[in-house]
Amino acid sequence: MELILEGIVEAFRLLFGGDADVYQIMLRSLWVSGLALLVASLIGLPLGVTLGLSEFRGRHLTVATVNAGMGVPPVVVGLLVSLLLSRNGMFGFLRLLYTNWAMVVAQVLIALPLVTGLSLAAVQQLDPGFRLQIVALGAGRLQAFWLLLKEIWVTLLAAVMAAFGGIISEVGAVMMVGGNIRGQTQVLTTGVVEETRAGRFPTAIALSIILLLLVFAASLAMTIVQQRGRRHA
Amino acid sequence: MRQAGSTTGHSRWSAAAAALIVVALTLVMVLAAGCGSEADEGGGEAASGGQVKADQLILATTTSVKDSGLMDDLVLPAFNEAQPQIEVKLIAVGSGEAMAMGERGEADVLVVHSPAAEEEFMAQDYGTLRLPVARNYFAIVGPADDPAGVGGTDSATAAMKAIADSESLFVSRGDDSGTNTKELGLWEAAGVEPSGDSYIETGQGMGETLRITNEKQGYTLTDLGTYLSMKDDLDLVVLTKESDDLANYYSVIIVNQNLHPTVNAAGAEQFADLLVSRQIQDALADYGRAEFGQPLFAPNASALGR
Repeated sequence: MELILEGIVEAFRLLFGGDADVYQIMLRSLWVSGLALLVASLIGLPLGVTLGLSEFRGRHLTVATVNAGMGVPPVVVGLLVSLLLSRNGMFGFLRLLYTNWAMVVAQVLIALPLVTGLSLAAVQQLDPGFRLQIVALGAGRLQAFWLLLKEIWVTLLAAVMAAFGGIISEVGAVMMVGGNIRGQTQVLTTGVVEETRAGRFPTAIALSIILLLLVFAASLAMTIVQQRGRRHA
Repeated sequence: MRQAGSTTGHSRWSAAAAALIVVALTLVMVLAAGCGSEADEGGGEAASGGQVKADQLILATTTSVKDSGLMDDLVLPAFNEAQPQIEVKLIAVGSGEAMAMGERGEADVLVVHSPAAEEEFMAQDYGTLRLPVARNYFAIVGPADDPAGVGGTDSATAAMKAIADSESLFVSRGDDSGTNTKELGLWEAAGVEPSGDSYIETGQGMGETLRITNEKQGYTLTDLGTYLSMKDDLDLVVLTKESDDLANYYSVIIVNQNLHPTVNAAGAEQFADLLVSRQIQDALADYGRAEFGQPLFAPNASALGR
């Protein structure tokens, strides 16, 4: 108990005393996960919505693939990316292993099925009569699409936030492809692992508190938007 | 149609606003973090992890060496000063995994502590040069009341035998690290095949293993550095003396470029040179004294360079 209290006190000293290392690690985490989320959303949201709306041969297989992708353990993605990016790997010539870019790649691969799958589910949850109804009311193609988006945007946002929570808290993949290099690729989660391993609990607790705050902030933002969306809808 | 448009007008605005907020937030987050870390890291290498530097050197080392802070605090700053064009990527893994990386040419230079495995590594031509760097001692730690009577033994093998005979709990790293290899060697020397309920393998680093040992009040073999940095939070005491059979030797190995052309042998050589230089060897003798009251390593380079 004493250890935890001591750790928390030290954690706040690090947090509010402006410890450069701790801030750097936090910013790196945000940068990597933020960029990965942006890329995954730009691809995943349109993909999920389109998949949800369209009919084509092999659609079932595609949907099944996306859903299976949502269940792939991040650590497996980490292994795959590290093998592909390693010097003797297919993309070894890019020299990307143990860089922030490698972590972005891994996190995009983790987040993409989540964003795609959840937005696909959002579209499919819609009453099938809804589309018919708006078309029947005389809405054009674009207009129908816009109305549909309006109906599900809160769920889409939830998909994005879920993916953010998933990747910023993930440790196995970023450890493998980033290497947890101090001053280069150490992020919040790998920092917690290293500091714990080395017995430096105060720093581990400080990093954990930041991680908690970030995830809470994301879900708080989500809740606020959701409530507002409900009131206005 | 007009009617439909007007009733949805309000929520259309709020939807657009929310979408804007999301995009803006993400952008701000990305930009802020990008600029921030750029400023922090002193120039452009934030995102790429340093594509500014021409040369990349992958150093695979043991967790105990990284966790002691020796590399990050002492060696890497000195290396960066001597060879600013080379960017070192320090990857902390167990000695076994470090050598496996060397075998595959995924690392350029290794700092490891597993002499028997190192000799095997060199014999198979995976490395071109192996130099002694530092030395310290492993310690067997356990509960203060010492139910196995380890404190009364006069050698490490006798200590291990005492632990086995009393069926006291022993917590093993079980991760093919240098410490784990040393432990298995000691069991073999003691003629004991560790197994059963009183032997558990954590598969984790020294810090976690010490904590598990502490919770279960068992015995474990540890490097001194990790133990000292956690000592205040552990109800475990050192039960062995600094005897030869607990000596812990660290070496630097240059990975064979002939097997893997991508290996940065020149950089590896410069790094190995620095490790055995008088500058680093002298600093090594003092490293940890301020924090722990005793140095964590003793210099062990056989032929001191410049």
